[in-house]
Amino acid sequence: MESYLFPFDSLICMLLGISFTVWFTLLLVFIIVPAIFGVSFGIRRLYMKSLIKLFEWATLRMERGAKEKNQHLYKPYSNGIIAKEPVSLEQEIQEMRRGGAEPEFDMSDIFYFCRRGVESIVDDEVTKRFTAEELESWNLLTRSNYNFHHISTRLTALWGVGVLIRYGILLPLRVTLAFTGVGLLVVLTSVVGLFPNGRIKNYLSDKVHLMCYRICVRALTAIITYHDSENKPKNGGICVANHTSPIDVIILASDGCYAMVGQVHGGLMGVIQRAMVKACPHIWFERSEVKDRHLVAKRLSDHVADESKLPILIFPEGTCINNTSVMMFKKGSFEIGCKVYPVAIKYDPRFGDAFWNSSKFGMVNYLLHMMSSWAIVCSVWYLPPMSRMEGEDAVQFANRVKAAIARKGGLADLLWDGGLKRGKVKEVFKEEQQKLYSKVLVGSSEDRSRS
Amino acid sequence: MKETGFSHSQITRLYSHFHSLDKGENGALSREDFQRIPELAINPLGDRIINAFFPEGEDQVNFRGFMRTLAHFRPVEDNEKNKDPTSGEPLNSRANKLLFAFRLYDLDRDDKISRDELLQVLRMMVGVNISDEQLGSIADRTIQEADTNGDMSISFSEFTKVLEKVDVEQKMSIRFLH
Repeated sequence: MESYLFPFDSLICMLLGISFTVWFTLLLVFIIVPAIFGVSFGIRRLYMKSLIKLFEWATLRMERGAKEKNQHLYKPYSNGIIAKEPVSLEQEIQEMRRGGAEPEFDMSDIFYFCRRGVESIVDDEVTKRFTAEELESWNLLTRSNYNFHHISTRLTALWGVGVLIRYGILLPLRVTLAFTGVGLLVVLTSVVGLFPNGRIKNYLSDKVHLMCYRICVRALTAIITYHDSENKPKNGGICVANHTSPIDVIILASDGCYAMVGQVHGGLMGVIQRAMVKACPHIWFERSEVKDRHLVAKRLSDHVADESKLPILIFPEGTCINNTSVMMFKKGSFEIGCKVYPVAIKYDPRFGDAFWNSSKFGMVNYLLHMMSSWAIVCSVWYLPPMSRMEGEDAVQFANRVKAAIARKGGLADLLWDGGLKRGKVKEVFKEEQQKLYSKVLVGSSEDRSRS
Repeated sequence: MKETGFSHSQITRLYSHFHSLDKGENGALSREDFQRIPELAINPLGDRIINAFFPEGEDQVNFRGFMRTLAHFRPVEDNEKNKDPTSGEPLNSRANKLLFAFRLYDLDRDDKISRDELLQVLRMMVGVNISDEQLGSIADRTIQEADTNGDMSISFSEFTKVLEKVDVEQKMSIRFLH
């Protein structure tokens, strides 16, 4: 019996050895080497095009299935559940006043508040920004499907194959790459840190950072299109961008070198942070320092004043939004008084939703989702630099930058605070509404006393 | 669900939205779930509107209750398409819309709007911007104009009479997309 197993054993060993070698060679040739030099074979774009065709076919099948059962396919419309008319409080109430002698208060005034209130219950601008965007066509991921009963056996089979490919082939590949990328980052930045400060160190640090981020980009199968690269951020400035997920950092940093800003973490993140700062100056704050706004502002201004240091990368929204809108920018980074380089990032949700719903999923769960999606496809627009104008305060400047980013990325520009994801809205907004209404009431009494 | 008059796709979409508001994931909404909506939280009558969803003494509203309340805001024209003579008065009739608004004023649900209740609701709408005396005289004037049977409070029929010239159907309707 044993002699029978023996050659079999060595055969398996040989096969395993060969497949590992082949695996790693392919990895090296097709992914790591291009990452080092920043070139691309175009495989990912081809992959993306074939996926699009597949999704369209899948949606057509579902539509056909739905038609056979005489039902409608659930199609989320991007313009909402209801049609809202943007009429202001004053207009509405004036309209409601009956003709003739104007009474100060009318019992029908309540209709305005009532209707607006119920409209906001059915469809409001804020709560829908904190959940993943809905898709028009199905992308063969269970997590984004609303039409379960219309799936034929052929589609189910395709979905099954998709699961196998994504979890069996793509996921292990990506995890390997991720570990490689992060490992190389830690090791190489520590090595570069041993060099004396000077041009060589900066040059090496740039190269090392870029290479490792590029490997990470491939670890996510991220297909990124950069537009207007002539506006890329330069030293002595701050780069601001809209925030959808932690991946934003990797996407931007694989195309340019930035100084990162953030809180000091423990664990693996801490190790990475400590290693990175050896190679070039990043800004890491202790937990206690974050509360001290003056300290934060001072450190940022000092960094920016030094022309040899890299541009700072900041996400002024302060939290992850689902990439359909841009929410209020915190004014801290806009008070520093240097050039601001706005960047707009827009993800294509068909291939994998990059939004991190931090109240629902933890980081590990999120990364797992990311690495088992088809791909992460996004566009990055570098906008021309902006500076604070005369007579403009930090808040107005922040809003101006935000509007530019929203326009370029095709996102809705909202004044609401991203902090509403977790916190309550401030009372002062309700008081504004009350003041407006009071003006309408009192205003009409002034007219009466005049006549 | 037929009594609400919503179409199949509207119900699906509203269910999806109901689910996203339901943070506790227990199939029902509590008052906190509503208060989490910023645009509703800044509405001066936000609390009254939230209250309208909850039946007497309850603090959870399920999807059926949610839809029944929303059904009051369907436009009246939509009824023409699915006229069912046996279903009785639809939830979005003029009378039912007026009743919904009446209940926003009627804080203790005794089918009468007293001077006190009117004052409280007015105070909610204007905040701190109008004095007690001015508000009091507004309330008195309103009751005087509406009260026909002299009991110093406004009943539902008096309320209806006062608003008979107002286009209630349009003011209290939301255009639901199909």
